[in-house]
Amino acid sequence: MQFELTDTQRHIQRAAADFSARIIAPQAHAIDEHEGIPPQILKGLADLGLMAVNVPEAYGGSEAGVVAYSLAMQEVSAACASTAVTMAVTNMVGEVIARFGTTAQRERYCPHLASGEYRAGAFALSESEAGSDPGSMRTMATRNDRGWVLNGSKQWITSGAFAGVMVVWARTADAQARPGTRGISCFLVEGGTPGLRIGRAEDKMGIRGSNTAALSFEDCEVPEDALLGELHGGFKIAMMALDGGRIGIGSQALGIARAALSESVTYAKDRRAFGGPIANFQAIQWKLADMKTELDAANLLVLRAAWLKEQNKLFSREASMAKLFASEAAWRICNEAVQIHGGYGYIREFAAERHLRDVRVTQIYEGTSEIQRLVIARSLLAG
Amino acid sequence: MDFSLTEEQTLILQTAREFSAREIAPKAAELDKSGRWPSEIIPKLAELGFLGMAIPEQYGGAGLDVLSYALAMEEVSAACASCGVIMSVNNSLFCDPLYKFGTEEQKRTILAPVARGEKLGCFGLTEPMSGSDAQTMVTSAEKTKDGWVINGAKNWITNGPHADFILVFAVTEKVDAGPGRPPKLKHTAFVVPKGTQGYSQNPHDHKLGIHAAHSCTVFFENCHVLDSAVVGGVGDGFKVAMATLDGGRIGIASQALGIAKSALGSSVSYAKERKSFGVVIAEHQAIQFKLADMAVELEAARLLTWRAASMKDRGVRHSMESAEAKLYASEMATRVAHRAIQIFGGYGYSTEFPVERNYRDARITEIYEGTSEIQRIVIAAGLLRS
Repeated sequence: MQFELTDTQRHIQRAAADFSARIIAPQAHAIDEHEGIPPQILKGLADLGLMAVNVPEAYGGSEAGVVAYSLAMQEVSAACASTAVTMAVTNMVGEVIARFGTTAQRERYCPHLASGEYRAGAFALSESEAGSDPGSMRTMATRNDRGWVLNGSKQWITSGAFAGVMVVWARTADAQARPGTRGISCFLVEGGTPGLRIGRAEDKMGIRGSNTAALSFEDCEVPEDALLGELHGGFKIAMMALDGGRIGIGSQALGIARAALSESVTYAKDRRAFGGPIANFQAIQWKLADMKTELDAANLLVLRAAWLKEQNKLFSREASMAKLFASEAAWRICNEAVQIHGGYGYIREFAAERHLRDVRVTQIYEGTSEIQRLVIARSLLAG
Repeated sequence: MDFSLTEEQTLILQTAREFSAREIAPKAAELDKSGRWPSEIIPKLAELGFLGMAIPEQYGGAGLDVLSYALAMEEVSAACASCGVIMSVNNSLFCDPLYKFGTEEQKRTILAPVARGEKLGCFGLTEPMSGSDAQTMVTSAEKTKDGWVINGAKNWITNGPHADFILVFAVTEKVDAGPGRPPKLKHTAFVVPKGTQGYSQNPHDHKLGIHAAHSCTVFFENCHVLDSAVVGGVGDGFKVAMATLDGGRIGIASQALGIAKSALGSSVSYAKERKSFGVVIAEHQAIQFKLADMAVELEAARLLTWRAASMKDRGVRHSMESAEAKLYASEMATRVAHRAIQIFGGYGYSTEFPVERNYRDARITEIYEGTSEIQRIVIAAGLLRS
């Protein structure tokens, strides 16, 4: 049991913290308000190696491991959750291609994602009527003599409007022959492919700077070699990607919560009431103590899951625990941060209000809290 | 970053688990119901080296690390929380301060037999009217030519009725704090053997839980001890007490982990057997979600506890981390045991199943060695200082 970071991990953490404080944080308010991330920020992250932290160097990645990835995600999220989710999905796409792709696919896409040549990658699994239950998806891929033709629509696709490459799941067999998740395959679709239509951006409660688009595929043709992994093997890829993605979202929640806590500490020391700083009141101290304790517990759960993944050990249950606990604790922490700020917590002049809107989604995407509980309970009951 | 256990730690864990399942668990319900002192179990804990785990071998200890201690504490407490706290008091509240602050002579003659488990130690800080706030302590020690005379009472002294030694804290100086202010008290720690004239023990207390871990009120009536009884410097008692509790909180956090682990384990088994509405209740999401939350919170508490233990092993300051571990683990244990009772329904409320005992035993972990409120003060102070 050893809780210190390695030099590489510390280096990545510092690089991310420095860039986040210097470049991202001052723009976070504007990113939220104007609903967009300046492309230079995404490029800056790529230049630091943060868009492909856990992708092999041979394909342009930093190959710094999953713990380093979590640390970097925390730093960026503390500055701007919208930027962080864009980064998380791009990292996930790079990792999935590096892991399941052919050499040609890796060589074609990973370097573009890592270098920032693609502004982002996207992950197109959810549909309007298929979220937690991907077996009910309806998007179809049928063969023609040149490759595959995709038809259907996807929803809640982060960076869908500008992703250079997207991982798209579609049904490759009719539901009778291969019901549920057994007939789903995974395809790599490049941005701008004819037949891929980008719907309007969703108007969201939080992470407003990140793009969330509906996509529709209308006779969208992709070549034979766009298939990622095995035919009908898409569900496995989705589940493995989500296991890893949960570490990313757990880290995002942690970063947001850490910012909320540290702003609360600063505010509590400054703001006076009844003759002294409100930090002197146990009512406030109690909140801060609970926030800190839950934040630390969540951090340890997330880093443990990251470490397990890095060691190539089983980490699915631990990733679910980390994501569930971190997202719910982070939400409580951000809620208390608003309370500590009082009226100032409810207005946009202070970041507490944005944190509370941003953090809410971490209990929903990449597996809702309910799905995490199912995963955990199943594993408990199997033992 | 490395979340794996060393070979030695894994071995300790397995040993503690097997021993607790074999020697302690079968007796836990009876110990709780009778409230008798587990006199046959204590020598066995001693034989395993569990009564002085993190004390070097030259002073009678097992020479292990604090993390191993946390692992063993969890396992013993999972079988019987009373045995857990008996072990914790001896390790954390007696051996640890004697090793850290004691003289060579005290370590050889007092620490060694206690760490070997031939003798038993206890810790006397709390008083009838002085718990969390050491500035209200009444027990005093007055200097004589060759020693000190102690007067006062201490209560809730776990192991008190049976302990061969007590590490007791007394006020030895009142420093003027200026006009209109109460004087500031300075404390000193003393180690006093049972049988010393003027030192006596009440019969044991009747409590909500941890029935087999006897606690009592002890009295000092013109109890004379020599200068050699002082542990740490004269006037340094508060420092000794706080450093001791930083370690003790890791022990109690581990005890809470054990209680929660037991409650969760029982709940999983029960949920797979008990049927309702045509299926085992484990099939209902209402039950699955409870189990998932119990497991996640237990894991979170465990990692906080292990982090604090690993910091103590490295010799770095861990007051805030111990407080976080103890606060979270103790409140978690109560929540987990509460949910366990709910999963068991009526059977959970009956003494036939262990979860009602878990619930009663868990409750104390939020109180002793610093209440949850004190832990929050420690954590908030740490946060606001930075």
